[in-house]
Amino acid sequence: MSDRPADWTKGAEAIVYQTCGACGAVQYFARHFCAACGAPDPSPKRASGSGTVYATSLVCRAATPETRAHVPYNMVLVDAVEGFRMMAHGDSDLAIGDKVTANYRPFAGRLVPYFERIK
Amino acid sequence: MSFITGVGLTSYGKHEGSSSLDLMSKAAELAIADAGLKRSEIDGILCGYSTVSPHIMLATVFAEHFGIQPSYAHAVQVGGATGLAMTMLAHHLVDAGVAKHVLVVGGENRLTGQSRDASIQALAQVGHPDYEVTLGPTIPAYYGLVASRYMHEYGVTQQDLAEFAVLMRAHALTHPGAQFHEPITVADVMASKPVAMPLKLLDCCPVSDGGAAFVVSREKTSATGIRIRGCAQAHTHQHITAAPPLSELGAEIAVAKAKAAAGIAISDVRYAAVYDSFTITLAMLLEDLGLAGRGEAAARVRAGHFGRDGAMPLNTHGGLLSYGHCGVGGAMAHLVETHLQMTERAGSRQVRDASVALLHGDGGVLSSHVSMFLERVR
Repeated sequence: MSDRPADWTKGAEAIVYQTCGACGAVQYFARHFCAACGAPDPSPKRASGSGTVYATSLVCRAATPETRAHVPYNMVLVDAVEGFRMMAHGDSDLAIGDKVTANYRPFAGRLVPYFERIK
Repeated sequence: MSFITGVGLTSYGKHEGSSSLDLMSKAAELAIADAGLKRSEIDGILCGYSTVSPHIMLATVFAEHFGIQPSYAHAVQVGGATGLAMTMLAHHLVDAGVAKHVLVVGGENRLTGQSRDASIQALAQVGHPDYEVTLGPTIPAYYGLVASRYMHEYGVTQQDLAEFAVLMRAHALTHPGAQFHEPITVADVMASKPVAMPLKLLDCCPVSDGGAAFVVSREKTSATGIRIRGCAQAHTHQHITAAPPLSELGAEIAVAKAKAAAGIAISDVRYAAVYDSFTITLAMLLEDLGLAGRGEAAARVRAGHFGRDGAMPLNTHGGLLSYGHCGVGGAMAHLVETHLQMTERAGSRQVRDASVALLHGDGGVLSSHVSMFLERVR
């Protein structure tokens, strides 16, 4: 996993997931193995950033000075077209089922994926 | 075989100047006295954790502080499910003959021992450190996400969720130990400050100081015994990003296994004690457990089904939402109240028949589940 391409958790404008060469499973949280079958070295892949909104919650009460500066911010769970689910931020008016695409915005001193509705 | 032979509970709210150990000690003393035992007869200790005073060996810290030298002791950490997970372990320990009387204890000065921000931050860490916590979520946000999806799939409204807050408050009004004593209405819940939509302030449990304890014994110590009939767990995920679909969550799995272990059906249950960190938690768990049909729990609240005089009295002390939530002790109060109801010592809150009870705890974000059936034997 040392050759894992940088993604947004490392400050790059990218969403990366892994696929297992043995069983075909898709996973979002990076590991040195496939959590479905245990096979080593799943392949890292860059996601397209396209997906569908699964859930939303507009955060109005934050717990740190850095995050409070952004209130309110919409947290979303998005089902990526590649077959994994991820947490991110998004437009405040997103609704479940909306087709969305990822951009990146600064949040509390880092870059986070930010989903907007496909027009 | 195992019995819950004694219970102890402090009031929840502010205990200015009390440490986590103080609150644990107070509850433990009450539970041991309630069981009719002496401290020296306790040979096992299970305790939870304290976010205010974290320690890698809290059970022995507590044992030394309290003044007992058990032959079995350690801490257990399963978030909100810790209380019932400890009870399940105590049940198996006494049943296997490892210990005779296991003290199960939890307590924390979570309200006065640290800032509210610190509590919210500590709890948000149940999220994934790289893929979730970096996004600035809070525990209400994790449950807000779940709520939005549940409402979408089953046609539940914010007004529906508000009913659970109103019910828990109505119950708390009759308990002198509860944190809140002002009645609230659905309109009050709807008008309360937004926290993590669709959840508003009154959809969320408070942060509290408090302690709870019980003794689990191999034999009963009084004429009426409260027997642990059967229990089971399920752990499907840790992070909400990795959770299974709503129809495959752990509560349904745990309760199915507990029913099999206990040989009890939901139709046998007379009293329910269900984890209620947020209104959505309670609504979902009631439906997952089979205490209401999908999307129908709120209608049952409105019909009085879960009230003190209803067919299935629920959390008659006010639950986490209104009795209070001090961490591990929070959901242990549900078991203390269940014990008081089953032994007909609940005073003005006493229900007609609490001969068989179903308890359910949830830790993380619907991650860890423990279901348990208790029955009264004479």
